[in-house]
This record gives sequence, C-alpha cells and structure tokens, in this order.
Amino acid sequence: MTDVLPTGERRQLAPPVNETGAMGWIRKNLFSSWGNGITTVVLIVAIAWALSSFLNWAVFTAVFTAPSGQACRGHGACWALIHEKYRYIFFGSFPYGQHWRPLLAVVTMLAMLISSADRRMWNSRLIWIWTIGSLITFLLMFGVLSFPISFFLLVAAIVGGIGLSMRGVIAEPVELNAWRALAAIGVVGLILRIVGVMPAWSLTLAPFDYVETGLWGGLPVTIILATYGLLFAFPYGVLLALGRRSKLPLIKGLCVGFIELIRGVPLISLLIMASVMLPLFLPQGTTIDKFLRALVAVTLFAGAYIAEIIRGGLQSLPKGQFEAADAMALSYPQKTILIVLPQALRVVIPPLINTFIGFFKDTSLVLIIGIFDFLNTANQALVDPLWAGFPAEVYLFAAFVYFCFCFSMSRYSKYLEVELNKGTRR
Amino acid sequence: MAVEALGSTSRTTKVAFWNDPTVRGWVFQIVIVGLVGGLAYYLVSNTVENLARQKIASGFHYLGREAGFEIGDSMIAYSPASTYARAMFVGLLNTIKVAGIGIVLATILGTLLGVGRLSPNWLLSKICEYYVETFRNVPLLLWLFLIYKMISEAFPGPRQAINVLNSFFLSNRGLYFPVPLAHPIHEWMGVGLIVAIVATWFMARWAKKRQEATGQPFHTIYAGLALMIGIPALVWIAGGAPTGTSWPELKGFNFVGGTVIQPEFTALLVGLVLYTSAFVAEIVRSGILALNKGQSEAAAALGLSRGQTMRLVLLPQAMRLIIPPMTSQYLNITKNSSLAIAIGYPDLVASVNVTINQTGQAIENVLIIMAAYLTVSLSISAFMNFYNKRIALMER
Repeated sequence: MTDVLPTGERRQLAPPVNETGAMGWIRKNLFSSWGNGITTVVLIVAIAWALSSFLNWAVFTAVFTAPSGQACRGHGACWALIHEKYRYIFFGSFPYGQHWRPLLAVVTMLAMLISSADRRMWNSRLIWIWTIGSLITFLLMFGVLSFPISFFLLVAAIVGGIGLSMRGVIAEPVELNAWRALAAIGVVGLILRIVGVMPAWSLTLAPFDYVETGLWGGLPVTIILATYGLLFAFPYGVLLALGRRSKLPLIKGLCVGFIELIRGVPLISLLIMASVMLPLFLPQGTTIDKFLRALVAVTLFAGAYIAEIIRGGLQSLPKGQFEAADAMALSYPQKTILIVLPQALRVVIPPLINTFIGFFKDTSLVLIIGIFDFLNTANQALVDPLWAGFPAEVYLFAAFVYFCFCFSMSRYSKYLEVELNKGTRR
Repeated sequence: MAVEALGSTSRTTKVAFWNDPTVRGWVFQIVIVGLVGGLAYYLVSNTVENLARQKIASGFHYLGREAGFEIGDSMIAYSPASTYARAMFVGLLNTIKVAGIGIVLATILGTLLGVGRLSPNWLLSKICEYYVETFRNVPLLLWLFLIYKMISEAFPGPRQAINVLNSFFLSNRGLYFPVPLAHPIHEWMGVGLIVAIVATWFMARWAKKRQEATGQPFHTIYAGLALMIGIPALVWIAGGAPTGTSWPELKGFNFVGGTVIQPEFTALLVGLVLYTSAFVAEIVRSGILALNKGQSEAAAALGLSRGQTMRLVLLPQAMRLIIPPMTSQYLNITKNSSLAIAIGYPDLVASVNVTINQTGQAIENVLIIMAAYLTVSLSISAFMNFYNKRIALMER
C-alpha cells in the first residue's frame, strides 16, 4: 500500500476473487479464510465418518425381515422388528381385525387438520368440517356412540344464546324469533330434563362393535389427545385471557391465579393429579375413564398456555378498536366476538400452531399414568422377549414419525407468519 | 357532570341501576365467584365424603413416618429408615441439581449452536440448523428413553467395565471415579471458595470502575479463577494436605467405594441439555438477528475480530431480547426434569409418587409437588426478572 509508484503508472491489481459459479460458491462459503477452511475440512471428515458408520448400521448390514430377534444378532439395525411390530406401534391393542378403523380415524383427523390449514376454509365451513369429522372419528374409534337428549338441548341453548347476543340488534324479526325459539327450546328442555319430566331419551349410533378406550393405542391416541385437548382448551383459554384483561378485580384475580398456578407446575403433576384425585372429586359411584382423565389434564394445562398467547394478541390491538366498538354502542359480547377476537386471533395463529406442536410432543407424557399413546406402544414393542435388545431401531422409528408431524407443522407455521404479514409488509 | 354544571336537566344522566356498569360489574363478579366457589365446595365435599368412606386419614402427619424405600442417588444422608419428609427433600435436591447443571450446560451449548447457525461457514451453519430441527421436533421423553437405553445397552457390565488408569470405570452402572475421603479440611476449603467468590465479585466491581475511569481493562476472569482455585488450595496445604482417597473397586457384581454418576442421572441431564439447547439456540439466533446490521458493521470497521464482535458488541445487546424467552426455557428445564420418573431417576415427583402409592394420601402429596415447583419456578423468574432489569437499556 505504502510503496510509492512512479507517476503515470497504475499498479496492476489482481482481479477480484470469483464469487459466482460452483467454485466461487465453495470459496465464499467454505474456504473464505484459513480458520474457515480448517473447520470445513474437519467437519467433512467428521460427517463422512458419522454418515458412513450410520449407513453401514442402518442400511448395508441391516436385517429387514427375520423370524425373530435372534436372527438379527451380529448384524446391523434390526428393521425386521419394525416390520413385525408396526401395526402394534401404530394402533396399540385395538382388535387386530379392526385396525382399519383407527387407520381411517387417523386419516379423517389428518384430513380435518390439513383442510383447516387452507386459508380458503377459514369461515363457517370449518365448523361443519370439524363437527362431521369428529363424529366420523369417534364413531370409528368407539364403534358405538350414544347422545343423550340433554346434549342436544345444551347445544341448542348455547347456539341460540350466541345467535341472540350476536344478531340481537341487526337481525330481521323472523330470524330473531328463530334464535329465541332455539334458545328457549334448549333452556326449557334442559330444565324439564333436570326436573325429570322429560324422559332420558338418547340417540344411539352403532355401526361397529364397541371398543373401549382402554384398548385404544398408538397414533390415534396421540393425535386425539393433542387435537381435542387443544380444541376444548381453546374456548376456555379465550375466556381466561379475556378475564385476565378484565377491569373487574375479582375476575382478574381468579384468572391470573389460575393461569400462573398451571404454568408454574409440570404437566406430570397435573396428570398425576387427574389420575389419582379426579376420582376423589366426583360423587360416589361415578367412575371416570382413564383416557378422559388424561384429556382433562391436557385440556386444563393447554388452556393456561393458550390464554397467555391470546393475551399477547389482545395486547397488540390498538386501543382505538375498543373505543370505536364502544362508540358504536356494541355490547361486551358483540364487541369481543365481532371486533376484538377476529383481529387478536389472527395475530396469534402462528404461535398457537407452535403451542400445538408442543402439545403434540407433550402428550407423550401420558404414558406415565398408563395411557398407550404412540411413544408408549413403541416402548411396549420392546418388551417382547423374542425381540428384546433393539431399542435404538424402535425409538428412531418413533422419532421419525414424530419428526414428520412436528416438522411439517413448524414449516406451515413459518409460512403462515409470512403469509399473514403480507398486508403490513412493504 | 358537565351537563349538571350547566344547570340543564340533571335527570337525564340518571340510569336505571341495572344498567349502571359498576353495579353490573359487581353482580357479574359475585355470580362468577359464587359459581367457582360452588364448584369448589361441591368437589371438596365429594372428596371429604370419599376419603371418609375409603378410611383415608387426611393431614400431613405421615411426613414424619418412616419412608421405607431406597433412593439411589442422594446428596444428603438418607436410608429407608428416614422419614417421608426427608425422602421428598432428597428428591427436591436432586431436581434442583439436575435443573441447575442442565441450565448452565444448555445455555452454553445453545449459545454455541445459535452463534454457529450464523457462521459464515455454510457447512457449520447447516449442521447447527439440522441439529436444532432434529431435537426440537421429537418429544423430550423419547430422547430420554433412547439415551437411557443406549447407555444401558451400549456399555458393558461392571465386570467388563471400561477401565481408565485403574481409577475411572465406565459401565452400564454408571461412571465410577475416586473421591477424597471425608476430612474436616473440606469444609474449610468450601469456606475458602465462598471467600474467593465474594472477593471476585468485589474485584469485578473495582475492575469495572477502573475501566470506566481510565480505560484500562483488567483480566477479571483469569484473576477470579486464580482466586477460586488458589484460596481453597492454600487452605488444603495449610491443613496438612490430606490425600486419603476412596478408590472404586469391583466387589461381587458391582463397584464399591469411590463415587458414581448414575446412568439415570446422565441420561436425564444429557436429554434435557440436548433438547433445551435446540430451543436456546433459536432464541440466541433470533436475538442476534434482531440487532441492527450497523452494529456488526461498525464493529468490523473498528477492526474487531469476529469473536470480539460477538462477545463485546453483539451478545451484550442481544441479551436484552434473549433474557425473557430464556427465562421460560429455564423454567421448562426445571419442569421437564420431572420426566425423571419415566427413566427411574429419584427426583421430587418420583419420590412423591412412591409416597402416594404407599400412603394413599394423594391430595396432600400433589399439593406438595405443586408447592415445591411453584416455589422453584417463582424463584427462577424472580431472579431472571432482577437480572433483566439490571441489563435493561438505561433510557434517559
């Protein structure tokens, strides 16, 4: 730099290093400096060693079919174990001849989840998809479903109530009367049912043999616990979040206390509580299904986390939205359902999907209270003395299945984050 | 009010009491609290009735009774003759031990991974990315099972233990290694260490003041390390340098003497650290990416190396963004350490679960678990909030 050149002469600079093409890319990204180059070489050697020994174990010396675990000894991975046990791992103790039922249930739930991922479906169609899909799923899993009349009356009362409070001011008299009639039928019917005037009618659908929840296992259990745990937790999470933002001190105190209590303790303690304490809470003679206990625990747990996420969405709304709604003389339910929630929920969809991924993984904890979820059936597949001694194969297989679900969901959440922000980004 | 002051109609402002928001608010609150209270009363009365019928005594008297079960890993003296309360305390200490070590290791590994993902070396950043995606997207419990089974399958039995220098023995019973025999001087060495830590703290304050005043940097880290090693060593020499050591020896089917890191503990710790570090890496990466690009460019213009840029310019600023989500990861490690029960490590939940099975007193025990975790969680968040406030941007 400092050497003085004779005037009139330009020093010839070397041409800039090529940064395009394959060689340029390699130079820029792998060998940009001495340290970088050494790192690259060390990493390549390490990867080559790890990959070759893994492939050697998992593919080249692996056994893909074998009569028993004995035939696998001395070879690489024993994938024959997966070949032998995959139906148990996926469907648990569900009657063997009926495995098409949990399979179809899983397909139905996946179809529901995938169709809900499509933004064109984000309207009232979702309600129909989930109602019909859930009916099919549980019909397939249980085989026999029985709805008491009070269930229909409760639905009528709730739907009528929501319709009245939403459409109360704007609806035509005909529509308004229809909502009123619906709500009245529900409420009056429920009172009659409780008093005992109305008989205990029920609607029973019985297309297949009844299979109790104790026999359920594998993938359907994991998906049901995660999906329905979160689905049931959602409305009460919304209520908790609204309560936490409320100006009424008692309501706020209750909600804050509940949310912090649940978030401060591990899921296991709630599961243990649900499995040993729930039976004590209920009056004598009522038994509560083990699967339902786990679902209650997961729902309670999920609600507190959902509440915190939704609170974030509520806080991101500008104050003007609330004030404008007040200025329009909307009631609190109208303001909340028509103005606040649609905007707040839109913001929190990506974090909600991340929570769903978390719960999909966390449902594996139910094996501690003896529910046969996907991880537990994989665990049980190892117990067979004929096939003992190949834990790595089974766990890697289970890990692969979990990975497929969680990874695709996390990619979807990332895509959605970009997609939903298109309007605000330049 | 303005209307009233103007002296026009004062009647128009009066609304019926059922339309008054304050009245409505209180009525609504009383109804909700009444409903919750009613539900609680219903549950409690059922519970009392059920307990009376099953003849289960309530209360915490059982805590003083003899526990009667073994605990494999205990930091304080414990035998089956100890009380239930002590068994739970042993479990709590184990929880804190795993969580504490896990937090430190996960932070270090996670920070390295997060920084590695931003490396200009394409291969390194890809490897870090695959690591993060792999560990994030599979349940922790599965990793724990896999690691635990691999340890017990892959390592030989005690008789064929991997022997390093006749003092370290690695087998499927864990890693055995020699420890000094108990000696009163050890307690004094502990006192010396505390003195050294306090001295380091004062030295760090002095060094910071001096650097602010004169610009002279001071190697606080090296000096502190020298103090923390030197003072206990001096105490040891002053105490006559006792070298009595307990060596592990193979007797029968297992080792005797020395001390052991159990496979359950290793599996739990390794699983927690690998899993959580993936989340920590993402937090660190997004914290650094959120900084203005001018920061790293300015650092480069000043001639700082990449390591210096990261350590002196980027990480201290990224800390402000990193601390709040990091707090929830620390809480997660603490709560996730309760998965110990699945692989048989005696943490708090595991010992309380045995107690539930032995005494049948579910409610009291679940309350103890919840109280213990709430205390630990609240202390961690209190500390992190304090730290967050300290490093927060001072705005004037």
